[in-house]
Amino acid sequence: MTEEKYILRVENIKKSFGTNEVLKNVSVNVKKGETVCFIGPSGTGKSTLLRCINQLTIPDSGKIFLNDEEVTHAGPRINYFRQKIGMVFQNFFLFDHLTAVRNVEIALIKVKKMKPAMAREKAIFELKQVGMAEWAEHYPAELSGGQAQRVSIARALAMDPDIMLFDEPTSALDPELTREVLEVMKKLVQQGMTMLVVTHEMGFACSVANKICFMEHGLIKEEGTPSELLNNPEFERCKAFIGEFREYSQ
Amino acid sequence: MDQVTFVLDVMIPAFQNGLLMTLALVAITAPFGLLIGIGVACGRVYGGKGVSWLMKMYAVFFRGCPLLLLLFILYFGLPSFGIVLSPFVASVLGFIFCNSAYNSEYIRGSMISVKEGQLIAAKALGMTRNQAILNIVLPQALRRSIPGVSNEFIYLIKYSSLAYMITVIELTGASKLIATKYFAYNETFFAVAIVYLALVTITTFGANALEKKYAIPG
Repeated sequence: MTEEKYILRVENIKKSFGTNEVLKNVSVNVKKGETVCFIGPSGTGKSTLLRCINQLTIPDSGKIFLNDEEVTHAGPRINYFRQKIGMVFQNFFLFDHLTAVRNVEIALIKVKKMKPAMAREKAIFELKQVGMAEWAEHYPAELSGGQAQRVSIARALAMDPDIMLFDEPTSALDPELTREVLEVMKKLVQQGMTMLVVTHEMGFACSVANKICFMEHGLIKEEGTPSELLNNPEFERCKAFIGEFREYSQ
Repeated sequence: MDQVTFVLDVMIPAFQNGLLMTLALVAITAPFGLLIGIGVACGRVYGGKGVSWLMKMYAVFFRGCPLLLLLFILYFGLPSFGIVLSPFVASVLGFIFCNSAYNSEYIRGSMISVKEGQLIAAKALGMTRNQAILNIVLPQALRRSIPGVSNEFIYLIKYSSLAYMITVIELTGASKLIATKYFAYNETFFAVAIVYLALVTITTFGANALEKKYAIPG
């Protein structure tokens, strides 16, 4: 009925690695401009789900649609969809041999076939957006974790994606660096970017998410608005998980 | 003939011609050796099962076959199959096979050492597998293989002397001819050794500069 409003539809995704069933049957719909956070214990399939969305991991079954176009079984067209689905990784994965600005512009030149001068302009613009313009000529090894992650966000944004996937973007960072990355992500939320975020940052999830999905054993066990999940979690394990978070945050 | 006349009138002109031939052998072999080495390494790491196996066999055969034997096969053996190569072409071909097989191993090692995340990130940006290999993996792998590849280049300078065995009068060949003609073994071979040492030293400095220029910070 309201399906056409969803920018992303994930339908009955299953994925196993050998005998390990990582995703059992996951479905999730995301509207344009929404931020959906995935929380839950480690090893429950959150990152695998994100990787299935841009087909870095090929699901065993199920379908994924972006703007009503099927991403699964897209063949070579997957490279088009991947431009539309930006991804930020836990370990940044910046290209080690390229400066920050080259990291951002390389896909513009090689994939989007943009002219180098235009690509440079766009790359500098995106680096400015994440507060990294003055670090443009530095190599990844010369950046702090937070700076590297902000460059990787700029790199993904430069492709003008329809949605952004964040796979534990702050898990490799100390609290101070975490804050600078979360600030950038909050700014993106305010700009109306559609985002799927795997995170353990409950504070961030609660303050910006439209929807939080609690995952365990390859399933979304509970989903709802932050207040629904925080104040009235139905599922026992979710209660315990959020309880632990509260205990530590106090 | 006194020593000065021998050096000026005999040794230097002979060395000049020999050196030019050595440089020609090296200059033609090196780029092909590198390019084919890159191709073989890519095939081994990223090719399918069949391609990977073929590339492996290429490396196994040409690394396993003694270079001198390979030159003999190319120059003396192939004519019985109707393929007649000039001594120069046979030498260059033999050197390219050998050089590329060794280079492929240095480059393959470097390719494997590039973190998997680099390829994943490139794919996530919409690059095809080939674009990712060409623009992300290879530039990093080639930088890392500079010490190995330059080492192989140094070997090439020295094993180019084997071309003499199939009648190419390069540096060693030229020196052997005048050494026997004038019965001046010691001075001729010491002199030619110094020329090789100079070539290798220049290469070493060049390789170091290249390594420094293309070093990846961190």
